[in-house]
Amino acid sequence: MSFAFYLIAALTVAGGLAAVLLKNTVHCALALTVAFAGLAFLFLQLDAQFAGFAQILVYIGAVAILVVFAILLTRGSETPKDGGIFSRTWLAGLAVAAAVFAMLGWAVLQSAPGLPGATPEPTVTVGDIGVALMGRYVLPLEIVALLLTAALIGAVIVAMHEKEGGK
Amino acid sequence: MTPLAGYLLVAALLFAIGLAGALTRRNAILVLIGIELMLNAANLNFIAFWRYGPHPEALTGMMFAIFSIAVAAAEAAVGLGLVIAIHRHTHTTDLDQINRMKG
Repeated sequence: MSFAFYLIAALTVAGGLAAVLLKNTVHCALALTVAFAGLAFLFLQLDAQFAGFAQILVYIGAVAILVVFAILLTRGSETPKDGGIFSRTWLAGLAVAAAVFAMLGWAVLQSAPGLPGATPEPTVTVGDIGVALMGRYVLPLEIVALLLTAALIGAVIVAMHEKEGGK
Repeated sequence: MTPLAGYLLVAALLFAIGLAGALTRRNAILVLIGIELMLNAANLNFIAFWRYGPHPEALTGMMFAIFSIAVAAAEAAVGLGLVIAIHRHTHTTDLDQINRMKG
């Protein structure tokens, strides 16, 4: 395990923790961007250049901006007067999350001796990914294109301003 | 510890953080942020298994991660659109107060 991995992993986890713990929602969105950037660096560490740059483009470039827009459009309602920023049943949620992490961590540590060690770097270029997308994976690609179009139209219709007194 | 186990542990930790956020926050947008973190943790698992798996040239894990990124982008757009629509009706994004589906 290299020093770079520990550094990027610590940055990613710290960003994720800050994203769910901070009080100000705009700070949460910025911390989320840090976590997304850390994940992109982890992808690049794993020799997945295309996935890493797609992560930067899609998550930091689009999803984070979308989250900031949503926060700013719903401004003024995000700090409840009563209680804190956490739900009344936060203890149950925390217990479920801790149980899930304990189970996943136990499973990983139990199977760690059987996992493959350092393997040679895969020689996969972006061209290979393009050929695979246009060849073997062309049907899923078309379906994703349809899904994205439908989702964008649906999101606009859902969020569109309704006229007074019904449509 | 093998490198793969390290990546899997980071992914498990991120998934648990996202799950805790989605289950405990009151703001609907923060719940969506938690869901995004969980999806990203799953993507990290796919990429790590692709990198250390026996046949990386088959690109299976990589393709799964790329399609997962695309589906997550669609999910984020629709989810945030729904939050904005609910905010227009009820003037709140507090999930403890949004307790009916009728407008």
